[in-house]
Amino acid sequence: MSAALPQASAPPRPAASPMRVFLRRVVRSWQGACGLVILTLVLTAALSAPWSAPWSPIEVDVERITEGPSWLHLFGTDEIGRDVLSRVMYGAGVSLQVVVLAVAMALLVGSIIGMVAGWCGGWVEMLIMRIMDALMAFPLLVLALTIVAILGPDLMNVTFAIATTKVPGFARLVRAEVLTLRQVDFIKAARSAGASDLRILARHIWPNVSGNVIVYASLSASQALITESALSFLGLGAQPPDPSWGYMVATGMEYPSSWWMSVFPGLAIFLTVLAFNFLGDAARDALDSRLLHKDT
Amino acid sequence: MRRVLTGRLAQMLPVMLIVTVVIFALTNLLPGDPTVTILGEQATAEQRARARADFGLDGPIPVRYVTWLARAAQGDLGRSLRSNEPVVHMLRSRVPVTLELATFSILIAVLIGLPAGVLSARFRGGWVDVVVTVISLCGMAVPYFWLGVLLILALAVGLGLFPPSGYVAFSLDPLGNLRHIVLPALTIGLSFAALVMRQTRAAMLQVLSQDYIRTARAKGLRERRVVMHHGLRNALIPVVTVIGLQIGGLFGGAVVTETVFALPGLGRMLVEGIFQRDFPAVQGAVLFIVTAVLVVNLLTDLLYAVLDPRVKS
Repeated sequence: MSAALPQASAPPRPAASPMRVFLRRVVRSWQGACGLVILTLVLTAALSAPWSAPWSPIEVDVERITEGPSWLHLFGTDEIGRDVLSRVMYGAGVSLQVVVLAVAMALLVGSIIGMVAGWCGGWVEMLIMRIMDALMAFPLLVLALTIVAILGPDLMNVTFAIATTKVPGFARLVRAEVLTLRQVDFIKAARSAGASDLRILARHIWPNVSGNVIVYASLSASQALITESALSFLGLGAQPPDPSWGYMVATGMEYPSSWWMSVFPGLAIFLTVLAFNFLGDAARDALDSRLLHKDT
Repeated sequence: MRRVLTGRLAQMLPVMLIVTVVIFALTNLLPGDPTVTILGEQATAEQRARARADFGLDGPIPVRYVTWLARAAQGDLGRSLRSNEPVVHMLRSRVPVTLELATFSILIAVLIGLPAGVLSARFRGGWVDVVVTVISLCGMAVPYFWLGVLLILALAVGLGLFPPSGYVAFSLDPLGNLRHIVLPALTIGLSFAALVMRQTRAAMLQVLSQDYIRTARAKGLRERRVVMHHGLRNALIPVVTVIGLQIGGLFGGAVVTETVFALPGLGRMLVEGIFQRDFPAVQGAVLFIVTAVLVVNLLTDLLYAVLDPRVKS
């Protein structure tokens, strides 16, 4: 938001940057704090898995097939004796990687498309937005499913498919913001001062749109994770023997008497989605009150 | 009203056209030789050529698209590469299952979500509100397939109340049909209820802070009447809209839920079609789903105009 502030009215002492105010608000709300704590745990588990996981995620132990939770195997073992806890920890890395990459890709491509549509207007905007509408009419999972089926089940393709489903959302959001910003005085001023289109978009429009884009990105992360785990549940995500939460639930379903096989990986998905939702809500609230504060 | 309708229809048609292009392009990019699906590995080149001509698989893609679209517009979606059954017939047997699932899911969602949302807003900040909010936050984070598996573990395997999977037609065994649909409907319905709850709560809070609610209370109306009659009726408008706009999410949920419970519905048809490389079936299922989403969105807009006279302009 910094570009929106007139330089002349700079306060006497250096005020905290808007980004820091925003982050502080997020951390101080209970949702933001909860979300961060859970995500930090999941991230730590994912990053430290090679050292901290009690067992190998792919090592088979035919002596200990479908054993219930015990001190040796906290989350029990699966149908070929692999440690469920270790697999959940390794699976975290897989899921988080897909989610972060997919949302980043969607953010980048969607924002560019949205800015082009909003800035150019006319038939370019018409065409782009109708295509985005058409993509949005597809349920997320249905579109992602078809794309993965075409490209083949593999993590990069899953990432690409999820990114594609989220692009229209970013494009629509950014376009709407650009449309309102185009009418604002400081943009008109920049234009009459002879700034190029690219400069106006990058230096004046983007900083004013980025706040809402970040909020939308954090809300999208939970949908991305649900889609990723649903794809891997259907067998179109990470391929065995690589651990993946959704696939573990699918396998566990075939062994109903070994409830731990499906309950624990599902719990991991549930908690991570919850954390993303919390962070998204906190981010939205933080941005809202900051805008209100500035207006008054 | 008519203006709203024509305006929205004019907007929808180009979108629908682009949708058909996307579906056709996506399904024609599905890997693998479709004649292998039809004839198996052993067929000769000659047989393959004949099958291609038979199923309209020869010729350039744009020409095939136009042919496909023209036939689709007349209600002919081709035949399954697997069973040679017309795709329209497949849809006719699959769609009712998904519709039944969707109807019961929405019913469960509304029966739970609406009262919970109203109570939560009426007693804002109290323990009811806290409990309802926590449950709805959890409900929105739980993946359908996991909830489905949990329900199977607890109610089917554990307590043996319901069959864990499968389906019986209503016409054959009405009671058995209902017993089979309870768990899948709960799976989608409970998640959906969380959404309805959250929307109802937000809408009710907004409405209950209005002046006319204070007026209603000031003139001595009973609280129940104020909340239900003056409050809920107005809060229903945004809630109905949200339910309508979430229909896509419902279909997405059906894809997963029908897989978990082995229900022979539209979602299962889509997943099976993808795994069996049966692209006419995939085209048919996706086309039906997206069309349904667009039509329901259109109806939601119209309903909004009917419910709220202020939107008519």
